[in-house]
Amino acid sequence: MSNGVAGAAPGSAELRAGFPIFARTINDFPLAYLDSANTSQKPQVVIDALVEFVSNHNANVARAMHTLGVEASAAYEGARAKLARFVGAASAEEIVFTKNASEALNLAANTLGAALKPGDEIVISVMEHHSNIVPWQFVAERTGAKLRWFDITADGRLDLDKARSENLINERTKVVSLAWISNVLGTINPVAEVAAWAHEFGATVVVDGSQGVPHLPTSVSALGADLLAFTGHKMLGPTGIGVLWGRSALLETLPPFLGGGEMIEIVRMEGSTFAPPPPRFEAGTPPIAQAYGLGIAADYLTSIGMGTIAAHEQEITNYLLERLASTEGVVILGPGLGASDRGGAVSFTLDGVHPHDLMQLLDGRGVAVRGGHHCARPLHDRCGIQASTRASSYLYTTRAEVDQFADAVVYARNFFMPKYVTTGRDQPQDQAATLKEGN
Amino acid sequence: MDPTSMYQEIILDHYREKHNSGLREPFEAEVHHVNPTCGDEVSLRVTLEEPGEHVADISYEAQGCSISQASASIMSDLLIGQPVSTAVVRYAEFQQLMEGQGRIVPNEDTLEDAIAFAGVAQFPGRVKCAMLAWVAMRDALIRAGAWTNETTEDAAK
Repeated sequence: MSNGVAGAAPGSAELRAGFPIFARTINDFPLAYLDSANTSQKPQVVIDALVEFVSNHNANVARAMHTLGVEASAAYEGARAKLARFVGAASAEEIVFTKNASEALNLAANTLGAALKPGDEIVISVMEHHSNIVPWQFVAERTGAKLRWFDITADGRLDLDKARSENLINERTKVVSLAWISNVLGTINPVAEVAAWAHEFGATVVVDGSQGVPHLPTSVSALGADLLAFTGHKMLGPTGIGVLWGRSALLETLPPFLGGGEMIEIVRMEGSTFAPPPPRFEAGTPPIAQAYGLGIAADYLTSIGMGTIAAHEQEITNYLLERLASTEGVVILGPGLGASDRGGAVSFTLDGVHPHDLMQLLDGRGVAVRGGHHCARPLHDRCGIQASTRASSYLYTTRAEVDQFADAVVYARNFFMPKYVTTGRDQPQDQAATLKEGN
Repeated sequence: MDPTSMYQEIILDHYREKHNSGLREPFEAEVHHVNPTCGDEVSLRVTLEEPGEHVADISYEAQGCSISQASASIMSDLLIGQPVSTAVVRYAEFQQLMEGQGRIVPNEDTLEDAIAFAGVAQFPGRVKCAMLAWVAMRDALIRAGAWTNETTEDAAK
């Protein structure tokens, strides 16, 4: 399958031409898609891969021995090998396919949880996505283990000093599970440092890489993680496919998660024995076409270069922060302009305008953002707010999209808060109106 | 679709200055409702007038978008002092308007300021925002024992 845009520069017209969705207009405006932290758009090569697989190679994996079955298995296992290379895993057997990052984290919580007992401690942080909170709450309730968490500093970073002073990680700590990058604050957490601390006490380190793996070059050994969860749809892949990477030595010690076909060794009515990893954790027919599509997405990202993508996002994010910081009434959450420990998700509040209303008016001008608590309600509580608006970029994001967004924010603010029309020194040059006329 | 058609001046006025906001004593039932997708929340109290056939008071504490806030304000204005049977009928009328995808012409004589939400019905993602306070009001009346199956049947006649 050809990769028509290999080597295209992030944000370039050539690269964007490979994403059919950017031909869309929304409410007569060009689409400015700033919701990639929610889900990414898909390049034609990934769309073609799904169609190609289902059209020509469709069969079940592992169980079907005919020609198509062999082809499907090769496609599925090939994807496993691609994902292993993408995150710097020691072998393909360290890659477990799941349906999404939430399932990967539930797998981690349930299998690690099997060894927990009252008095043990699990450590997470207040900036986690609900998918890295709720599974641990379940496990804590079931086992009697105690759930503790990192607080954040006023500027939205992990509060390591406070954690050290209260011995947050100690000899009772069995699991530390932490986001690599916050989906709200954009903060890049010092995962390696926390992992080293956790390992001093023999705790297992789980990293939620949902916002990290799609955006930064990934090396599981540099991260210091024992388990790393991420999802396909945020990295140009299809929905319905996620990954749990695990160190081989650890995966081998973990009990099964879901029971069913292909995860077994021998089944007898009196009891069963189980397959080695990764099949041990992949009960039932997996999302085969989706795994294949994710492998193609990983190839595509590699062809552009993850370092190149990260550099583009940092530039775009700085520009977005600059435009927002000069907009009266905006308060940015998380590390501000110029911070190097910051990813491409930028959340903010706007004086007098609820995020739900802001999202709606931006949508009216073709700008897709997310408004709400972004599945991180405890973090919003911690920040003393109910909700925020989030603009998030990716390799295809352009400065023009950021301009369309920032001008629409001013427009929405003036609509709800007329006092800014006279006081605001930041009125848009009506670029959005110009765009609407088709320029 | 241009979202500004949804934000009628009436809605913006109520959003900027909410009526009946702030929880009041006494009350016969208090409920707490949330819209889990966006986090809008409302705590709402109802008081009934003897022998329980009139809505003597509705008060609330709410956080959320302009649509949910204005809806709480307008709903409370509309129903305070009304018979419970009227609240039942208005609820059905408002719900029908919200589920009408913009095809229903609202009756200004009965719904008054609430007709401003006709435009919201064209934005399916926002219907829950408009309904939040109404659903809370219904729940509170049910808990207060004023809204029963019988009340609904009588109102339908």
